[in-house]
Amino acid sequence: MRSRLRSLRLAGLVLLALVLSACQLIAPDVEDAPLNSLDPKGPFARQIDSLFWPVFWIAVGIFFLVQLAIIAAAVFFRDRPGRKEAKQIHGNAKLEVIWTVIPALILATIAVPTVRTVFDLTECSPDAMRIEVIAHQWWFEFRYSNIEGIPDGAEIETANSMVIPADEEVCAVLSSEDVIHNFWVPKLNGKRYLIPGQEQVLRLQADEPGTYYAHCAEYCGLSHSLMRAHVVAVAADDFDAWIARQLEPAAVPEEGTPADEGLQVFLNAGCVQCHSVDFADNDRNVPDNIIARETFNGPNLTHFSDQYRTMFAGATLPEAGEDYDTALKRWLADPPSVKPGSYMPDLGLTEAEIDNLIAWLKTLE
Amino acid sequence: MTDVAARPVTTIYRKPRSETGLWSWITSVDHKRIGIMYGYAAFLFFILGGIEALLLRVHLAQANSEFLTAGAYNSLFTMHGTTMIFLFVMPASAAFFNYLLPLQLGARDVAFPRLNALSWWVFVFGAILLYSSFLFGTAFAPITPDGVAGNIPINGGPGALNFLADSPNGGWFGYQPHAGPFYSTGTAMDYWSMGLQILGLSSLISSVNFLVTVFNMRAKGMRLLRMPVFSWMTTVVAFLLLFSLPIIAVALFMATFDRQFGSTFFQASNGGDPVLWQHLFWLFGHPEVYILILPAMGIVSEVIPTFSRKPLFGYSAVVFAGAAIAFLGFGVWAHHMFSSGISPVAQAAFGLATMTIAVPTGIKIFNWLGTMWLGRIRLKTPMLFSIGFVAMFVIGGLSGVTHAVVPSDWQQTDTYYIVAHFHYVLFGGAIFGLFSGLYYWYPKLRGRVMNETLGKIHFWLMLIGMNMTFAPMHWLGLQGMVRRTWKYAEEAGLETWNQIETVGAFIIALSILVFMYNWWRSKTHGEPSGLDPWDARTVEWTIPNPTPEYNFAVPPVVESLDDFWRQKYTEDEEGRAVRRPEADQLVADLEYLGNNPPQPIHLPNPSYFPFLVGLSVTIIGYGIIYHTTAWGKALIGVGVVLAMAAFIGWGIEPLEDEPEDHTPDHLEPAEAH
Repeated sequence: MRSRLRSLRLAGLVLLALVLSACQLIAPDVEDAPLNSLDPKGPFARQIDSLFWPVFWIAVGIFFLVQLAIIAAAVFFRDRPGRKEAKQIHGNAKLEVIWTVIPALILATIAVPTVRTVFDLTECSPDAMRIEVIAHQWWFEFRYSNIEGIPDGAEIETANSMVIPADEEVCAVLSSEDVIHNFWVPKLNGKRYLIPGQEQVLRLQADEPGTYYAHCAEYCGLSHSLMRAHVVAVAADDFDAWIARQLEPAAVPEEGTPADEGLQVFLNAGCVQCHSVDFADNDRNVPDNIIARETFNGPNLTHFSDQYRTMFAGATLPEAGEDYDTALKRWLADPPSVKPGSYMPDLGLTEAEIDNLIAWLKTLE
Repeated sequence: MTDVAARPVTTIYRKPRSETGLWSWITSVDHKRIGIMYGYAAFLFFILGGIEALLLRVHLAQANSEFLTAGAYNSLFTMHGTTMIFLFVMPASAAFFNYLLPLQLGARDVAFPRLNALSWWVFVFGAILLYSSFLFGTAFAPITPDGVAGNIPINGGPGALNFLADSPNGGWFGYQPHAGPFYSTGTAMDYWSMGLQILGLSSLISSVNFLVTVFNMRAKGMRLLRMPVFSWMTTVVAFLLLFSLPIIAVALFMATFDRQFGSTFFQASNGGDPVLWQHLFWLFGHPEVYILILPAMGIVSEVIPTFSRKPLFGYSAVVFAGAAIAFLGFGVWAHHMFSSGISPVAQAAFGLATMTIAVPTGIKIFNWLGTMWLGRIRLKTPMLFSIGFVAMFVIGGLSGVTHAVVPSDWQQTDTYYIVAHFHYVLFGGAIFGLFSGLYYWYPKLRGRVMNETLGKIHFWLMLIGMNMTFAPMHWLGLQGMVRRTWKYAEEAGLETWNQIETVGAFIIALSILVFMYNWWRSKTHGEPSGLDPWDARTVEWTIPNPTPEYNFAVPPVVESLDDFWRQKYTEDEEGRAVRRPEADQLVADLEYLGNNPPQPIHLPNPSYFPFLVGLSVTIIGYGIIYHTTAWGKALIGVGVVLAMAAFIGWGIEPLEDEPEDHTPDHLEPAEAH
C-alpha cells in the first residue's frame, strides 16, 4: 500500500513538473512574441484576457483532478497476486447526479461573464472613430474619411500600417474585396472576419503609442501566411499631423533625377494598372490622379515611404534584420518568388530601373 | 416460403462463385470481410495522411521555411485534414461497425448485406477519385468574376515538391468563395467536392443499413438497453450520419453547381452569400466531430469494464450521455464561426449550447473512472490505450470549454490552439480508442492475441509522441501562430516549440511502425487466443476465434446486459464476482458448438453488383468534373448505363440460393448451460 502511495505521489509530481516546466519554458518567449494573445495592450484585449485566466485555472484544476484519479485508479486497483475479485457495482445514482450537477454549476458560473463580454465587445461605441479595413489577397488596405481633419469627400488610402490615435477607441469597419479574411491584432482584441459583400466591426484601442502586429487568420489562399499588418498607435497630436500629411499629394520629382527616372518606370512598366498615386498639379504631363483599375488593385503608393509605413509586401518585408533597400530590391525584382501567387508580377525590370524606382518610392513620404 | 421456392431462379448474369482470391473479396457481402477491407483501406490512408503530416512538420520546424512551396504546403494540409477525417477515422469506425455490430447483436450479418458491400465500394471508388487529384488535378491562379485572369500560375514561389500544388488546396473546410470557381481555378477542388460527395453517399447508405440492423436483428432477449455500449454508439453515429450527411450533400451540390454550372450560391461578387457555406458546412461538420469520437467512446466503454472486471459504471447514463452529445451536437455549429460576425445573441446562445455539451461528456469520463475504481485492473495493451483515451480526451475536452467562452475564442480561433484542441480530441481520443479496439478484437480476426511487449512499446511511444507534438501547439497558438501558415516570421518566437513538435511527430511515426510489425508478426506468432482471451462480457466472445463465416452456429439468446459474463460469473454475498464452477466447461462447449453448427446455415450469395454500382458512381463523378469536354459527357453516359445494368442485375438476383432441404431460419438455441 505504501509503495503504491509513493508511486502515486511520484506520478503527481511528474505531472506537476511537466506542466510547470512547460509554463517556465513559454514564459520567456511570451515577452517578445509580437502576436502574443496573452499580452493585452488595450482595454478590449484585457477584458478577454481577464475572462480567459479564471477559466484556464478552473480547467487546470479539473485536469489535475481527473489525471490523478486515472493514475490512482490504475495504481491502486491494479490486479496483483492475491487481489480479490472486484465487487460488481453497476452504478450509483447519487454520484451520477453529483457529477452532472457540479460541472453544470461550474459552466453556469463561466457562462455569465461570457455572455456579458460578448455583448460588451460586439458593437462599437457610437462616437468611436471609424476606419475602413479592406482585405485583399494578400494585404490589408485602410481608408480614412469623415474624420476630423479630413475634408468632406476626401479620403485617405493606405496599406499595411493602420495608424490610430492611442488611448482612444477606434472602430475598424471590416470588408473584403475577394475571399474571406480574418483581421487579428492579438494585443488589442480578438479577431473578426472580413467577408466580401458584408461589413463587420471590430473595436480597437491601444493604451500606449506603439506598433501592434496584426495577421490575417483565415486561410485565404496561396500567401495567406504572408498577409500581415501593423497597427501603429500614435499620440493624438501625431495622429492629426499624420492625417494632414496624408492629405498632401505626392510631388513630381525634378527632371533628370534618379527619382524622376523611377517615376517614368512606374508610369510605363505597367505599375499603374494596379497602383494609384495622387500627384500634385504639375507641368510635366503627369496626371494628377492615377487610379488603378477596379480588379486586382494594389496599395495606393502616394505615401509609400511614410514614417509609420515601415513595411511593404503585406507587411512581411523587410524581414527581421534585413536592410530596407535590399528587401525592396528583392521584392521589385520578382514579387512572386517572395510572395507566392502575388498579383504583382515579375515585370522583368533591370537593376538600374529598380534602383531608380526605389529612389522615386523613397520620395513618397 | 414455399411460394418463393417454387419461383424459378432467374439469372441473366453468371453468379460469382469464388471463395478465395481476389474475386471472392470483390464479390463478398460478408460483413466481416467488408469490415476487414474497410480497416485495411483506412489504415492505408492513415499512413498517407501521416506522411502528409510529417512533410508539414518537417516544413514547420524552421521559421520562414522554404522546404515546401506554398502551393504544396496548402495542398498537403488540405489533404491531411480531408484524409484523416473522411478516409481514415470514418472508414476505420466503419470497419469496427461492420465487423462487430452483427457479432455484438448476435446476428449472422447486417440487415442488407449487398447494400453493405455497396457502401464499401462507393467508399473505395470515392477515395480513389479524391486521391487521383494528385495525378490529374490542376490548380491555377484566381480569375475575377468578369474573367480577368491573375498573372501568376499557382506553381510559383520557392521550395520543393511543387507538383503537389496541383491537388485540392482549399482546406478540408473548403470555405467559399475561396474554394469557389474564381479563386480556386483548375480541377483540384472539383475532385475534392466530388470526392466528398461520393464518400458521403457511402456513409449515408451504411447508416441506414446499421440502423435497420440494430432495430431488427438483435438476438432474442437483447432489449435495446441490453445492447453493448459499442453497439449503442454505432446506433447513435448512424443517426448522426443520417441527419448530417444530407446537409453536406446539399452544400457540396451547391458548391459543385457554382464551380461547374455557373450558379452563384456562395459567390459574393455575384450576390451570393459565402457565410451560408459556413453554416451548412458546420451544421454537418460539428455532428461529424461526434461521428468521429463516439465510436471510440463505444470501444472504450467495452474495454474498460472487461479489464477492470466490473460492469460499466452507470451503463444507462453512459448510453444516454452519448445520445445527448449527439443531439446537442446539432445545436452548436456556429461555435466554429464566432469570429464571422454573427449577432451577439447568436454568439451567446451557441456559446452556452457548447458549454452544455461538456456535461454529458463529463458524465462519460466520470463513469469510466467509476468503472476502474475498486476494480481489479489488468493493464493489458487494449486497456492502456483506453486509459490513454480518457486521459488525453479530458485535455481536449477542457480546451474545448475554453473556446466555448466566446470572447476567448475570438483570440483562439484560427490559431494553433485550435489545432492542439482537436488533435487531443481526434488523436488522443479517436485514434487511441481505435487502437484500443484493434488490440482488443484482434483475436476475432486471427484467433491469436497481439504481442503484449510490442503493444506496450507502441502505447508509450505514441503517448509521448502525441504529447510532444500537440501539447506545445496550445501555447504556440496563444502566442499568435495562426493556422494554415506556410511561413511564420523568425521574430514571432515560435521556432523552438515547432522543432520539438516535429520530433514528436516522428516518434508517433515510429510507434506506428512498431504497431505494423506487431500486427504482421502476431498473425503467425501471436499466442493462440482461444474463445475468450480477455474473460470478456459480451456476446461476440461466445463464438470461436477467428470468427466462423456464419458467426453464430446457433443464434444466441440473451438474458441480461453483459450476458456472457453472467453465464460465467455469479456474485457472493459481498457482491464480488465468483466464477461459476461450470464456466470452463461452458467455454469449451461454446467452442465446440461454434465450430460444429448442428444445422446447415445459408448465407447470402456473393454479388458483383455492389462493385459495379460503386464503379459507375465514380465514373459519373469523373464525367461531371470534365463535363465540358466530349469525353466527360461520354463518361457520364457510360456511368449511367453501367449503373442501370448493375441495378437491374441486382434487382433480379436472389439474395440466397434456395435451400435444398429447407429448415427454419431461426433455430431454438441449444441448451448451453
